[in-house]
Amino acid sequence: MSSVRLFKKSVDLVAARAAAFNAPRASIGSTVLRRELSSALRAAPRTPATRITVRAVIPQVRNQAARYASSSSEPLAKTQLYDLHQAHGAKMVPFAGYSMPLQYADLSHVESHAWTREKASLFDVSHMVQHQLSGPGALELLMKVSPSSLDKLAPNTSTLSCLLEQGTGGIIDDTVITRRGEDSFYFVTNAGRRAEDLAFLGAEIDAYRSRHGMDSIKWDILEDRALVALQGPLAASALQPLINTSASTASTDLSTLYFGQCRELYITLADGSASPSPLLISRTGYTGEDGFEISIPTSGAADLPEQVVNLLLKDSNTVRLAGLAARDSLRLEAGMCLYGHDISTAQTPPDAALGWVVGRDRRDAATATFNGASVILPQVASPKTLKQRRVGLTVEKGSPAREGAIVVDLADPANPVEVGVVTSGLPSPSLGGINIAMAYVKNGFHKKGTELGVKVRNKVRKATVVGMPWIESKFHRPS
Amino acid sequence: MAAVARSIRPSAFRALAQRPLAPSLGAAPAFRFPRGTRSFSQSPLAQVKKYTESHEWIELADGSNIAKIGITKYAANSLGDVVFVELPEADLEVGAGEPVGAVESVKSASDVLSPVAGKVIRGNAVLEDDAKTINASAEGDGWIAEIEVADVAELDALLDEAAYNETLDH
Repeated sequence: MSSVRLFKKSVDLVAARAAAFNAPRASIGSTVLRRELSSALRAAPRTPATRITVRAVIPQVRNQAARYASSSSEPLAKTQLYDLHQAHGAKMVPFAGYSMPLQYADLSHVESHAWTREKASLFDVSHMVQHQLSGPGALELLMKVSPSSLDKLAPNTSTLSCLLEQGTGGIIDDTVITRRGEDSFYFVTNAGRRAEDLAFLGAEIDAYRSRHGMDSIKWDILEDRALVALQGPLAASALQPLINTSASTASTDLSTLYFGQCRELYITLADGSASPSPLLISRTGYTGEDGFEISIPTSGAADLPEQVVNLLLKDSNTVRLAGLAARDSLRLEAGMCLYGHDISTAQTPPDAALGWVVGRDRRDAATATFNGASVILPQVASPKTLKQRRVGLTVEKGSPAREGAIVVDLADPANPVEVGVVTSGLPSPSLGGINIAMAYVKNGFHKKGTELGVKVRNKVRKATVVGMPWIESKFHRPS
Repeated sequence: MAAVARSIRPSAFRALAQRPLAPSLGAAPAFRFPRGTRSFSQSPLAQVKKYTESHEWIELADGSNIAKIGITKYAANSLGDVVFVELPEADLEVGAGEPVGAVESVKSASDVLSPVAGKVIRGNAVLEDDAKTINASAEGDGWIAEIEVADVAELDALLDEAAYNETLDH
């Protein structure tokens, strides 16, 4: 037990610094010793190691207690779509300081997950933080805080990237950065990392402005925009009829809007009129399915998000609402990381098997200027030097291996040796309940096919290292 | 800790449970009620049924010290789709509040605590093959363990149905 605790402690030190979550989870730092069914039902904090009880309850901000220690009685923030969630019988849970839907009355978690893979689901992700950065210094600033080749990014295209800590190259957050124009960028960061991201970006921008002048960078948090994700094979056919062809100036044909591209388009409201302003429609998402993230302005039309969502939900055989529960299982099957669980400031991108976010033309130590380049570039050049690797595991039938489960080497079955820890895990709804997990294992144990064990409630279960994703991504790309 | 460890050793139990309807398994129903209906397989008479604040129920077979334990409908609804149930092995001695099994949904895992002290007679083999029975009939076919209660008077301290319902958020 003590070794488990020690390990958990080291994991949690990381988590304590990194409090971000797209999907809910509970706190290990909780002082509550016994949380059984009752706490699971309330999506309550994870239990400490003293008693193995409720393990991975989905949502909740892990160190919310720490972050909101002085304001625990403060009401949770609501997105623009809060009333709509209530009207659809959502089970709301606290998540990253917001009251967010876990799931809705019409579909169970597994049903909602399957619906997304077969039809289309609409997720409210308005809690995420939308940024606009522009000015003559915008590109240079973003190429300091991220390792992406943003200078090669065409207008209205985007890339997954990471914000990196100066010196260490640790991942402050993962983000999708979109180039809107020569000197203009739009990017979205995690709600659970809001405070840390804003402090980090604020300091970087202040430093830049002090050298290049106040007008070198303009930075706005787009509080007046909602954000929804429409995901699934029927997403495009559900969205296309809403696009207003007369008001929009860009091409209104969504079949030519490919993964990683965005367009500003007007939609046709229920009364036949065009929306007062255009929506920013990006072909992207975090489920592995084709789909869109739609940024909806509210200035001048506070109820536009609700109008758009209601139009998308019009045919209940096609599009249904989905919550954090399905979002978490969908993204895990797609092999996508959840900040605060699978990645944190303790990892650089190569540590997290995300070395590909480092632009090909940014790997020359002589010219690399991004934060942590001196740490990251040797890792990219020689992955063998990495201490640990992020891998996928499938775990034998039975209890799923969830976050915090210890990974062991079974070379000597009588004496299992700890070699890693699970960071996300659940029975995969798309794979008929096969247990899947993401884990960090020591370098050398990361090769596909490696047989390992995972400790679940003190019982060792067989696990095999597998490639990710478990469900092939179905992004819309030019053929 | 020892009790926890002992309760979580399902492999031995599985061997037992997979024996086809051994006589020692008692009154296993020859037919099953359709999903969603209440099974009254053990005793048609009024029985003592009590609840815990941690959402377990325990029901004594009439006039005996044999009881079934499960999770409440409310708990099953809240946990969502149950995908796996860890059952106790026979002869496990449990104290009140000690785990007698675990219920896994896609999003969470929860221990099932025995409301009273006793000795496990068997887990519900139906759940081995069809964990979703808990969602369909949490307080009927989806029972989790049958135990021999050490002291039936211990049930007196548990919640009755009305008191349990009051603990739920409405």
